[in-house]
Amino acid sequence: MPVIYINGSEIRAKEDATILRTALDAGIYIPHLCYHPDLKPAGNCRLCLVEVEGRGIVASCQAQVEDGMKVWTETPTVQKARQISLELLLANHHGDCLSCPKNNECKLQEVASYIGISEERFKQLRMLVPQFPIDESNPFFMRDPNRCVLCGICVRTCDEIQGVGAINYAFRGFATTISTFGNKPIVESACESCGECVVRCPTGALVPKDYLKPAREVKSVCTYCAVGCSIYLGVRGNEIVSVRGDRESPVNEGQLCVKGRFGFRFVNSPDRLKKPLVKRNGEFIEASWDEALDLVASKFSQYKGDCFAAISSSRCTNEENYLVQKFARAVMQTNNVDNCARLCHAPTAAGLSIAFGTGAGTSPISDIDGASCIFVIGSNTTVAHPVAGTRIRRAVRNGATLIVADPRKIELCNRAHIWLQHYPGSDVALIMGMARVIYEQGLHDEEFIRERCENFEAFVESLKQFELGFVEEVTGVPREKIIQAATLYATRKPSLIIYSLGITEHSHGTENVLALANLAMLTGNVGKPYAGVMPMRGQNNVQGACDMGCMPAALPGYQPLTDDNVRGKFEDAWGCKLSDKPGLTLVEMLRGALSGTVKAFYIVGMDVAYSMPNAAIVWEALRRAEFVVVQDIFMTGTAEFAHVILPGASFAEKDGTFVNLERRVQLIRKAIEPVGDARPDWWITCEIAKRMGASGFDYSHPSEVMDEIAKLTPSFAGISFERLEKGGIQWPCTSYDHPGTLRLHTETFSTPTGKGRFSPLKYRPPAESPDDEYPLILTTGRSLYHFHLAMTRRVKGLVALHPEERIWLNPHDARKLGISDGDRVKVISRRGEVLTRAKVTEEVAPGTAFMTFHFYETPTNLLTGDALCPIAKTPEFKVTAVRVEKV
Amino acid sequence: MTVDELDELRQTAMRQWDELHSKPHVTVGNATCGQGVGALETLNAIHDFLTERGVECDVVEVGCIGMCYAEPIMSVSLPGMPAVFYGEATPERACEILELHLLSKKPVAEYALGTVGEGSIDGIPNLFETPMMKKQVRRLLSRCGFVEPTNLMHYLATGGFDGLKRALSMEPSQIIDELRRAGLRGRGGVGFPTWRKWLTCIQTPSDEKFVVCNAHEGDPGIFVNRVLLESDPYSVLEGLLIAGYTVGASNGFIYCGAEYPLAFERLTAAIKALEGVGLLGDDILGSGFSFRVWLVKGAGAYVCGEETALIASIEGERGMPRARPPFPAAKGLWDKPTVVNNVETLAYVPHILRHGAEWFAEYGTERSKGTKAFSLTGKVERPGVIEVPLGMTLREIISELGGGSSTEKRIKAVQIGGPGGGCIPESMFDLPVDYESLAPTGAMMGAGGIVVMDEDTCMVDMARHLIQFSQCESCGKCVPCRLGTKQMLAILEGITEGNGNESDIVLLEEIADAMKVGSLCGLGQAAPNPVLTTIRHFRDEYEEHIRLHRCRAGVCKALSS
Repeated sequence: MPVIYINGSEIRAKEDATILRTALDAGIYIPHLCYHPDLKPAGNCRLCLVEVEGRGIVASCQAQVEDGMKVWTETPTVQKARQISLELLLANHHGDCLSCPKNNECKLQEVASYIGISEERFKQLRMLVPQFPIDESNPFFMRDPNRCVLCGICVRTCDEIQGVGAINYAFRGFATTISTFGNKPIVESACESCGECVVRCPTGALVPKDYLKPAREVKSVCTYCAVGCSIYLGVRGNEIVSVRGDRESPVNEGQLCVKGRFGFRFVNSPDRLKKPLVKRNGEFIEASWDEALDLVASKFSQYKGDCFAAISSSRCTNEENYLVQKFARAVMQTNNVDNCARLCHAPTAAGLSIAFGTGAGTSPISDIDGASCIFVIGSNTTVAHPVAGTRIRRAVRNGATLIVADPRKIELCNRAHIWLQHYPGSDVALIMGMARVIYEQGLHDEEFIRERCENFEAFVESLKQFELGFVEEVTGVPREKIIQAATLYATRKPSLIIYSLGITEHSHGTENVLALANLAMLTGNVGKPYAGVMPMRGQNNVQGACDMGCMPAALPGYQPLTDDNVRGKFEDAWGCKLSDKPGLTLVEMLRGALSGTVKAFYIVGMDVAYSMPNAAIVWEALRRAEFVVVQDIFMTGTAEFAHVILPGASFAEKDGTFVNLERRVQLIRKAIEPVGDARPDWWITCEIAKRMGASGFDYSHPSEVMDEIAKLTPSFAGISFERLEKGGIQWPCTSYDHPGTLRLHTETFSTPTGKGRFSPLKYRPPAESPDDEYPLILTTGRSLYHFHLAMTRRVKGLVALHPEERIWLNPHDARKLGISDGDRVKVISRRGEVLTRAKVTEEVAPGTAFMTFHFYETPTNLLTGDALCPIAKTPEFKVTAVRVEKV
Repeated sequence: MTVDELDELRQTAMRQWDELHSKPHVTVGNATCGQGVGALETLNAIHDFLTERGVECDVVEVGCIGMCYAEPIMSVSLPGMPAVFYGEATPERACEILELHLLSKKPVAEYALGTVGEGSIDGIPNLFETPMMKKQVRRLLSRCGFVEPTNLMHYLATGGFDGLKRALSMEPSQIIDELRRAGLRGRGGVGFPTWRKWLTCIQTPSDEKFVVCNAHEGDPGIFVNRVLLESDPYSVLEGLLIAGYTVGASNGFIYCGAEYPLAFERLTAAIKALEGVGLLGDDILGSGFSFRVWLVKGAGAYVCGEETALIASIEGERGMPRARPPFPAAKGLWDKPTVVNNVETLAYVPHILRHGAEWFAEYGTERSKGTKAFSLTGKVERPGVIEVPLGMTLREIISELGGGSSTEKRIKAVQIGGPGGGCIPESMFDLPVDYESLAPTGAMMGAGGIVVMDEDTCMVDMARHLIQFSQCESCGKCVPCRLGTKQMLAILEGITEGNGNESDIVLLEEIADAMKVGSLCGLGQAAPNPVLTTIRHFRDEYEEHIRLHRCRAGVCKALSS
């Protein structure tokens, strides 16, 4: 540890630390503007100059400490040079501090008050009136070049942290500015509106729009995707006015995406449901809670058994999900309980359970940083899981090899070493083809396979089908690329697989997952740091909803319903008899409603009417149901079908826990009172149960629910709110002194035999193929600026950035159809049709098209089909044959 | 290509060279300076003349001999007679010369600059005895104006690749030792010992290393590198090869500004020729050493001549300087150890390897060894490029080689070393020009450009002009440079427009000091030098401007003269 002397004081410095960092850590202030702890030093502002004996004047932000170094921070030369630089900066700064949003938080002010300015000597540079136009194009923040000191923090942030590079210096000399490509408004640039630059800007050059300073902050977890970024909610009155990333969080290290940072205004939206509503004569009438709850309780009492179905919410907390399944099983006496994971990652749970013994991602998000090779398949990570996507970009920037397999030219393709553009639905062939290459070239990890896996021979036998000529034909990927990708994946270890719904939302989704598990085991890339299989789960608590047993065949912690001991444990705890008959899955529930076997629904926080495939059938099913209760925060498309609507509390209005995609259980905390007369969902479920005469629903706080979960669920046994106060814990956490599990399967797999199980696989084509009538294959996905439907629609800025649906068409197809960019078109599938506009882009391959599902005006799921994966019962959203017509 | 094959090729080259010189032939200086005043027209006229007359005669397009004032320059060479170099060879004059000299064997003394070669001609001096040439020691420039720049055979016939051949037979440590004994210091201006830079690169462990030739000569008034690149590109490439071999690099880069299209073209041709014969590529001369050269075109930013900005530019980043240390020799291009050398430095390396350290150190001073090329321009009788031993006085260079003032006015000062150099008053012209001796003037030798100014030059306006240049070319990254140059410019504009204040000079000095201390790179640190040196040596001119609103040179139009 080097010892240095700053102004005569002896200071122990960290190895490789800079003088500035060492001084600041030791409580010695050296003025600085362009230094930021997250970024590489730039040496731009020259305010941090110090004198080093024997070396002269150096910029302390860049100079590294050396043992015995003698540093003086306030010599006359240093002071004079700083003074001049500061005077120059101030002269060239449009300063009306009182009207500046950064007033009192401005680093320039801080530096100026420290250095002190005597008189205003540089009159010629004085900027009396603003010289540059302000860029207000972005709905969330403003760029005011008149207040810019060109410290370059925004440029470095965009480059080093975000990996985008939307802005850089432009021009030279005094004309130098921070500019987008072509000096266009920022909203027309590559900017992803993440606001990371805004957070770091030391002056008023980058400031959020409509900014209100929070009076207090409450730590919580972002409610959008399942990355689970830790945040601080800024509160003023009973309103959320800001969101800030938690720098201490290992998940996001302070980073946020556009939705996480700016998409919070839905919470206090005037459109929030504020009163229970009861449908009378086709009209929703406001009702008191007692009225509504008594009605629901009395109605539900008539539908006990398998004619009842509960759809739980992966937006809600673990405690709430636990209560919904407890309610369904213990009170309604049915296992008909499911959650939206059925539409997305049920194949993950199924596939990874078969292969590894645990149906969850194997590795922490931070493993992305250290992987030598990252294989991203069927995941538009930078759009759907932006903060994880950023980590991938950073890893690549730091030298990792990136392989992307996606039918679309997603953003990550631009950074990939290889992009495999396979046909939608050909994943098994592609992955098994890669496995065959690895096996034939002898690149597999024999020792790992021998020691830790089973069923290898059967798997090898099944590789025979995947001769490269066949794979090439089925996938459309040239064999050289398959060989190259396979070789890179197998040799650049540790290799990490990242996948998402492009893998799971298929009629062979579980097989896709199994194929990836095979690939990881084949190369020994499981249970090791920076290796593994990482499913990018969709919703903030979709992992938790599954963990809590909101699945028709599993009790909390994936404990099998059919196991008498397990059932007995729950029966004892809940004081009731439980059915051992697995319930219906989501799609089956709706089909049940169509056929009349399912009569009543309790739908919590899920917009089934617009997020399930073949929506017309779903609508019909909901119409046919005798009694539908919808519990949500907005009047969703599904709520329109309800008989009773119960207004739930948003994530900002209650305590609870979420589980992110790396199995990390994290606390969310009540920041504001529920808006209007809304109530926390856990309270609502308990009230219904109690009004039905059930016992075991008397909780005064969600922490008591978690205590019950911990008692009954081995993988959550060590988790309590008290422990979570100190930070998230990754399950399995089997006792109160267990630290949680960063990576799964490090010693043995959690299968019954303790071995990873290879699966022999066959290629099956997607359920639907294009033909003359429906010649295009439509895939669906998420946009960076929206989540599903109701929430982001209430955030004006997000709507401004992505106002309406577009169907993406390849220019080749568009030309054939006589369609130009922006044209109104009708999209028709075998099930339905929607109107939208065309976006003509090379980002989709000829013969394919793409739409999101974020707009009620364009219900994309009227088109999609409900062919199911036979194992996980997940529908094939990703392959729909359509025809597009100009209207 | 093996060593034997190289020797064989050289034999052929020398035979061809002798053949060329045993027959009547004509040369025309065809570099940018010549082309600027019609060398291509002259060349066409010569070809037309020869065709019309049915005369068979080799016409060789050579580089620049350095006598820019006399361009276009041609020579006529007849067997048994020394070659005669003619100046200001317009098409008409060229035809006249051919008529008389080539066809009638009557050299034209009236147009002649001098003779080159054995023998003498009445009325025409030996070129190397003429005032501009006499005190020159032409080593670096030995081929310039005498060989066809991209003709590999000409290069081989004049000792080309002898240096590389020897280097490849030596251990890198021996090469370092040779350079250390020679005392070669970087010719880009700072004068860092070349051997030490190379040694740092050798001693820094890395899987890959690079060598880079800084051919981005952007300073106004300096054109030494241009002449070398256009007239003898192979010497630069040979130097780069030797550097690559010595430090263990297998890739070399030449960063050449787009402002030098002819240099770029000739480097391209030369690289192609070397690749063609295997002097670039794998296993060069059977040594196991493989080397490739990548030519990178700059996009017009002066600051990209600063080595870290140059590296950033090659990497595809915006050309902005980075902090040193770490120096590129330890951590440079793509963070790998990288030797960055100036054109002139690299071009000298093959000569040193060929002739030895002692030969190099014959000239120069104790601390500044060898000869150095300078460009001479401004109000001087004979502008051009010269090569003299380091330590020659400014007065010798300007009065004897340069021929003194080109006007009736007296010479008042020189601006030396480009916009970051400084000005030296006539009273200090007896100082020797080398890396250290100019220190008392506040100026520095820099890359070797000398701009001569007479009494018609206003020193305040000159400082304003150079600060304006630095302001426009500041990369904008660091505060003292970006805003300091702007503030200084504003003050100087005020003074030259009659709006100066008594406090201006102090303020200029304060800003200048802060810039020298605080700027990130050499551009900002050196930018105030013209202002500081003119204040130091011509303070009375500043005071006249400020107090009397008078510009004695009559340059500042808002003021009286």
